[in-house]
Amino acid sequence: MSPNAPRQLFTLIVFSENSVGLLNQVSNVFTRRGLNLEDVSASPSSIPGVHKLTLTCWADLPTMEKVVKQIEKRIDVLKVHLYTDDDIVYQEIALYKVSTQRLLEEQYLESIIRQFAVRILEMTPEYTVLEKAGHRDETKALFDVLKQYDLRQFVRSGRVCVSKSPIEYIDQFLEEQEIRHNSEC
Amino acid sequence: MEPISKENPVSGANALIRALLEEGVDTVFGYPGGTILPVYDALYDWQDQLRHILVRHEQGATHAAEGYARATGKVGVVIVTSGPGAANVITGLSDAMMDSTPLVVITGQVGAQYLGSDAFQETDVIGITQPITKWSIQVRKPEEINDAVARAFFIARSGRPGPVVIDISKDAQTGMVTTPFKPINFIRSYNPTPHPDEEKIRAAAAIINEAERPMILAGQGVAISGAEELLREFAEKTQIPVASTLLGLSVMPSDHPLYKGMLGMHGNIGPNVATNRADVLIGIGMRFDDRVTGDASKYAPDAKIIHIDIDAMEFDKVVASTIAVHGDAAETLGKLLPLVESHERRDEWMSLFDRCDASEREAVLEPELGRKGDAPMTIGEVAAAISRAAGHEAIAVTDVGQNQMMSARYFRFKSPRSFISSGGLGTMGFGLPAAIGAKIGRPDRTVVCMMGDGGFQMTMQELGTIMQYGVGTKMVILNNNFLGNVRQWQQLFFHRRFSQTPMINPDFMEISHAYGIPSCQVTERAQLEPAIRRMLDHDGPFLMEVAIDPTDMVFPMVPPGSPVSHLMLNPDTVFEP
Repeated sequence: MSPNAPRQLFTLIVFSENSVGLLNQVSNVFTRRGLNLEDVSASPSSIPGVHKLTLTCWADLPTMEKVVKQIEKRIDVLKVHLYTDDDIVYQEIALYKVSTQRLLEEQYLESIIRQFAVRILEMTPEYTVLEKAGHRDETKALFDVLKQYDLRQFVRSGRVCVSKSPIEYIDQFLEEQEIRHNSEC
Repeated sequence: MEPISKENPVSGANALIRALLEEGVDTVFGYPGGTILPVYDALYDWQDQLRHILVRHEQGATHAAEGYARATGKVGVVIVTSGPGAANVITGLSDAMMDSTPLVVITGQVGAQYLGSDAFQETDVIGITQPITKWSIQVRKPEEINDAVARAFFIARSGRPGPVVIDISKDAQTGMVTTPFKPINFIRSYNPTPHPDEEKIRAAAAIINEAERPMILAGQGVAISGAEELLREFAEKTQIPVASTLLGLSVMPSDHPLYKGMLGMHGNIGPNVATNRADVLIGIGMRFDDRVTGDASKYAPDAKIIHIDIDAMEFDKVVASTIAVHGDAAETLGKLLPLVESHERRDEWMSLFDRCDASEREAVLEPELGRKGDAPMTIGEVAAAISRAAGHEAIAVTDVGQNQMMSARYFRFKSPRSFISSGGLGTMGFGLPAAIGAKIGRPDRTVVCMMGDGGFQMTMQELGTIMQYGVGTKMVILNNNFLGNVRQWQQLFFHRRFSQTPMINPDFMEISHAYGIPSCQVTERAQLEPAIRRMLDHDGPFLMEVAIDPTDMVFPMVPPGSPVSHLMLNPDTVFEP
């Protein structure tokens, strides 16, 4: 940690080979420095064979710049991007399971659904599952409202995001590697 | 040998040995056990081509492989079994990671169907080793072995070298392989040969050409990339003095007029003082380790820093650079050399080193090396005498502590790859097995292992390896019956409270005798030179124990947390320029 640098929320996007233990390798870099991951999401990217991890972490910039280099140094990692919230369009998704009966009794149900742009995923006599996509504060606001109506389960995803940059760096990176491959092999 | 094919299938174990041979391996260090038995069985058929050195503990295998790799520049190879065998290689892997030493460590693993079941001698090797290796892979199918070996060697030896683990399940060793080995030199997610940016090289040259008080900080990267000659040419053309890190020792001959000594905590006064007076520092293949920088916030306040390294992660990690050139030391120096201007001797700047050297001679070297008669012996005088007797041509392998720092200070070097030590991790017990590996790798050179009584006892079981193979390593136990370096810190910084540092030691002559290794004990100064002569002249292993003054301390010393220009000359005096 750099003692004087301000802490802020960073988003890292890690493009990697889909190898066993990759997530462990990445999280080890945070563990070593005593950094807590705020949230994590992992999935195959649009490029076949390339996996994408999105991680968020509260830290200072000098520390995060070193973390990025340490992750990028791992052999199976293709590329790491470091963003602040201003650089990206991001989204989370939250699911809420509430008592159907309480919900139906509630006269404000319709206004809640409208106000929070909620989707109903499933409705049974027993329970209803609502879905809300949004930033952390938005899903939290709905959580606070539904808490009053017998909220039985609540889950929130990690963040997914796309950068505001017009260039797709990972495509460019892979093209460069293709050129390197052709020149070196 | 008939190549592997569908018509000529071989076991995974057999394929592994063939792959090692294809990678040019002729020596492996290891220890057999349950889950690696198929590999040892295959090895039985290839003994004439692949020499196996049976160590006495797996930690010894890794350090021996490190010593082998550091002395030869080749990849050190280790074969061990699963569970405890694999757990015992952790120290060596960690050491190799810190010191950029290329290792391929092959661990046996329980059968794939038992993975995760807490099977006998199962341990999570990949999980344990990921943070301390450059790369690791688990092989669960025989047909994956060839590719794993190809990748492992490519990764271990390229770029910034490092240790790699291949964990092979037992059933992958016994299953059949039908395709031949093919080496690789490309992995799309890994670029080990970054080409230095021409613009940055030009900018670096411009800074160097303007410099009035420049200094080169040469690290092990110079040796790894084979840039010793280029470094010398570069220094001579620009008349820039060269200082070395601990692992950079011997990249420049000690007697070269531009070589000014070692940096850091127990380095020479000149380079440390010059660091904080320089207007340009050129770090080449080094990483501004905290033992080199002291208090990083007070490091080189007046200097523009040009940092040349193959590992981009090192840039601005500890010290902010003015220009960071990402590339191999040899390639970068080769491109920089024509762009820098020839310079005349920098008399005034050099005179700083002369003045510092004069102070060091008087305040440090005289008391350390100049004792006479009955005065107890010092590690420094033993190191200097051995180096001299070997014509400054020996490979000095050290353990960790005072023996290491004194050897670094008082051995002199004529040729590269002559100093092998555990730098980053500071692993006590490294010395003896590393010296075994170094001697096996370079049988043509004299290999002297400098150890304390503490470090020797951490891996002294490897005397058995020396006995079994007649490894002609010269062993020097500098016996002060103390953990000397810890004692030094206790004396200087912990009010002389010698907590758990005195040692009651065994009779090292008896131990040596038990292993059939000739030895001698030096208790008086007059015995020292003849004993060294006897040790060096003896054809084969030899152990010399020297009684050392327990109160002797390594100076100069940059106390922890101090700027590098703050050097203690003895417990009571700080260097005043």
